[in-house]
Amino acid sequence: MNFGVIVFPGSNCDHDCLHVISSVLGQNATPVWHKETSLTGLDAVILPGGFSYGDYLRTGAIARFSPVMNAVKAFASEGGMVLGICNGFQILLEAGLLPGAMLRNKSLSFICKDVHIKVENAATPFTGHCTSGQVLKIPIAHADGNYYTDPVTLAALQANAQIVFRYCTPEGRVTSEANPNGSLDNIAGIRNAEGNVLGLMPHPERCSEDVLGNDTGRLIFLSMLDALKKAKLKAVVA
Amino acid sequence: MKAKIHVTLKSGILDPQGKAIEHALETLGFKNASNVRMGKYLELDLKETDKGKAEVEVKSMCEKLLANTIIEEYRYELQ
Repeated sequence: MNFGVIVFPGSNCDHDCLHVISSVLGQNATPVWHKETSLTGLDAVILPGGFSYGDYLRTGAIARFSPVMNAVKAFASEGGMVLGICNGFQILLEAGLLPGAMLRNKSLSFICKDVHIKVENAATPFTGHCTSGQVLKIPIAHADGNYYTDPVTLAALQANAQIVFRYCTPEGRVTSEANPNGSLDNIAGIRNAEGNVLGLMPHPERCSEDVLGNDTGRLIFLSMLDALKKAKLKAVVA
Repeated sequence: MKAKIHVTLKSGILDPQGKAIEHALETLGFKNASNVRMGKYLELDLKETDKGKAEVEVKSMCEKLLANTIIEEYRYELQ
C-alpha cells in the first residue's frame, strides 16, 4: 500500500511516520511536500505532528491553507483514509475536516508524557486491530490539546460513535484526573461522520516498535493497513 | 485605511492564560481585578478607501483566518 506523509514547514514527526510505514509495516511511504497539489497514487494520507508554520496565530491555522490541503480535502471527500496526529489533528480541525477546535492545555504547560486512552470505537478503519474498551498506553506531546466543541456538536459526536479515543486511567476509567489537558469529555481522538478521517493527539508513531519499549501504536497503523487491503480486495471482487 | 482587530476567546470558554494572569495580578495585590481574558491584537493597513468595502474585507479576513469562530470572537475598528 502507498502511504503519503504530508510535510509542512515545521512538521517534525514526519520522519517517524515514514519510518513506521516503511520499516515497521513494510509499505511504501512517500513524503508529500505541502506545495503539492495532487495525491494521485496514494492509498492513505497522514498529517504528522510538529509545529507547522511555528503554530503562528493558532495551531494549524496557516497550514490549512497550504496548497496540499485542497488535495487532502478532495482525497477525504472521495473516501480516502486520512490520519492526523497531534499537529495533524489540529490542522484537520482548522481545515474543517473534523469538527471542533483546540484550546490551550488547562495547565498551560506543554505536556510530554505517556497517557492512557480507551478505545471507544473499535469498528473504525483505524482501530480494527483493537478491541472495544481496550486501554492503550501512548505518549502525548502538546500545548494545545484541550479539545472544545459546542454542545450540539458534542452530542452528535457521542451519538454517532465519533469519539474514538478518550483519556482514561491505566484501568480504563474515564475520569477528570486521567484527563491531561482539560479536553471536553476526555476526548483524545475523533473521526468524521463518514469514518474515513481520524484525528488524535497521542503519538502512535512514537510507540510502534519493541525497541522503543512500547509497540502499542502499531495497532493503529496495522488497522489502517488491514482496512486498505480489505477495501482493495472488495474493489477487485466488484 | 488602518484596521485594528481584537480577537478574544468567546465568553464562557475557559481561558487558562487569562486565569493565570488573574492569579498573578492577585498575588501582586491587585485584588480588584477579575474575569481576565487574554486575546490577540492585530493591526493592518488596507489599500481600500471605501469604509463599507473595507469592513466587508476585514470581516472576511476574520472569518477565514484571523479568528476561529468556534472558540473566538472578534471586533475591529477602521481608521
